[in-house]
Amino acid sequence: MSSASPNTAFQLRRFEWLHVLARAARSARGRVGLGLTLAVLAVAFAGPFLAPHDPNEVGVVPAFAKPGAGALLGGDSLGRDVLSRLLAGGWQIIALAASATALGVVIGAIAGIAAAYLSGWTDNVIMRAVDVLLAFPQIVFALLLISVLGSHLWLLVLAVGLSHAPQVARVIRSASLDVAERDYVQAAAITGVRPPKLMRQEILPNLTTPLMVETGLRTTYSVIIMAGLAFLGFGFTLPDANWGYMINENRIGAAVNPWAVFAPAIVLAVLSVGVNTFAEAVTRCALTSDPTTRAALEAGEPVTAEVANADSGLSDGDRRLT
Amino acid sequence: MSAHQTADVGSGAVPVQRRAPRPILRMLAQRIPLGLLTIVIVTVIVFASTQLLPGNAARAVLGRDATDQQVADLEHQMGLDQAMVVQYWNWVSGLLHGDFGTSLVNGQSVSSMVGPRVVNSFTLMVLAGLIGTVIGVLLGLYAGIRQGSVLDHLLSTASLAVVSLPEFVVAILVTLTFSTSVFHWFPAVSTIPSGTRPWEDPSLLVLPTIVLVIMIVPYLFRMMRAATIEALGTEYVEMARLNGIRESRVLRAHALPNALAPVIQAIGLNLLYLAGGIVVVETVFNYPGIGQGLYNDVLNTDIPAIQFSVTFLTVFYVVVNVATDALVLVATPRKRWPR
Repeated sequence: MSSASPNTAFQLRRFEWLHVLARAARSARGRVGLGLTLAVLAVAFAGPFLAPHDPNEVGVVPAFAKPGAGALLGGDSLGRDVLSRLLAGGWQIIALAASATALGVVIGAIAGIAAAYLSGWTDNVIMRAVDVLLAFPQIVFALLLISVLGSHLWLLVLAVGLSHAPQVARVIRSASLDVAERDYVQAAAITGVRPPKLMRQEILPNLTTPLMVETGLRTTYSVIIMAGLAFLGFGFTLPDANWGYMINENRIGAAVNPWAVFAPAIVLAVLSVGVNTFAEAVTRCALTSDPTTRAALEAGEPVTAEVANADSGLSDGDRRLT
Repeated sequence: MSAHQTADVGSGAVPVQRRAPRPILRMLAQRIPLGLLTIVIVTVIVFASTQLLPGNAARAVLGRDATDQQVADLEHQMGLDQAMVVQYWNWVSGLLHGDFGTSLVNGQSVSSMVGPRVVNSFTLMVLAGLIGTVIGVLLGLYAGIRQGSVLDHLLSTASLAVVSLPEFVVAILVTLTFSTSVFHWFPAVSTIPSGTRPWEDPSLLVLPTIVLVIMIVPYLFRMMRAATIEALGTEYVEMARLNGIRESRVLRAHALPNALAPVIQAIGLNLLYLAGGIVVVETVFNYPGIGQGLYNDVLNTDIPAIQFSVTFLTVFYVVVNVATDALVLVATPRKRWPR
């Protein structure tokens, strides 16, 4: 694929990524995704203040009581109010998933840019480390760390973030390889700009598109993995409610009060579908506003992400969502 | 390696020069050593990280009341008083000989503990993999041929939604539907009595298999759909149609062979996904496989068992990765003979 042709009319904007986000939010797909995500975020962050009961108060209603006047969604395994626990149990998972995404994208981007620009030994060492980390299925990596260091919230962020980093590093490295060879980067290097500054000022601004695509994808994964770890009961402090563990602790009573399981499952489902749908919209907008990929799109080259990914020969274990 | 010859059939838009399949060998010669290196580093990491554990394995086995002498004796017996490098070497050579150490929890040998788990997980993965692949390929092919139809839209939207759901959410929704709340057809837990094989009571396998199938179909579906649409839009398909070749033959001779590489890739990625996905799904159903085993071992900090499970899953991951890339190369002649 050729690099951007100088004739392509395209506006250079200072905060291109904000414009891409705004355009994504206006697209039909983006509106649905953002709407679903914001609805769940509202429940998760306003919920703790709206809970009708203390979410940890045992015996508000009988265990697994059916929905009724005292508890709109019934009771859970210890007779706690399911609605209150639902309202209180979201913000932690979301905050952790967001932090893990940020950590993973930052580490991955630094590693990827450094590997591409510094090349040679640095590149080799970084890419071998990437291979090794990639060999661990993400949740297995997190479980290994938890088994060694105990279950802590910060460890969940570290584990999930670290397991994202190699995937991000791969993508960013291959995107940076092309940028690193451009004339203005070479020129900056010749005038004596030090590598850290050069990577930050000359290479990084050209990586908006892959960074946005990766961030979207990683956010979706973070939600899935965090919810999974929460379900398994690792890291989160009990008896505080969280949507993942609520499903785990109440599934024995699913036949009696299905709402204790169904309600958190539905919120998690809406959250992950919403995030993924919005991420897709962002990906599409980012690809069409990037001069390189837009040229390819206009030239009628195959744009189906599935085929493009298959052709690139990446077996990341994770192109599943793109 | 005879598969490379069969893979050429039907993709012959460009007359391909017949040469020795060196690209595949070259690729394998490059990837296998790298894969082995990765596995070695993984074993070092797994070993080293579990050595960082606070506390003392021997004391963990004996309990708090043990005298220092007893602890020292057991340490000697377990080889814990030896240098780190020696311990690592003992562990790795044990792995290679099928001796995975002794469980800290029940004193059983890890190999006797994990043997049935491997069989159980493998049964589940093969079952889900086969069913999921068939369903995904057929649906993708249909949606690709009938692009834009109502069913195509429906399937595409559904696959986009399902692919982003956490496994346990799907598992819970499936359980609510088929076991506890709507229909009462299958058991909600799939605990297999020890000493029996999973296929002796197939009803236990149904729900976990359904969940894993739901998790792997969307990706295959989308790959197959995209590949079919791409192939049907090419000039040689148009040419074939203009020549009056029947549509079924166009599909068989052009569309399907071109979809082979993406489908292999998708199957590979799905297997990689399953290596992590079984942890949660098996735990939901109490299905005694490697995944649920790993979960229990982490709860019990049973280090030798954790070491084995993590190593096993990563080796599986590396092997599937290399095998997938090799097979994709086999199925894509144009990559082997670059113009």
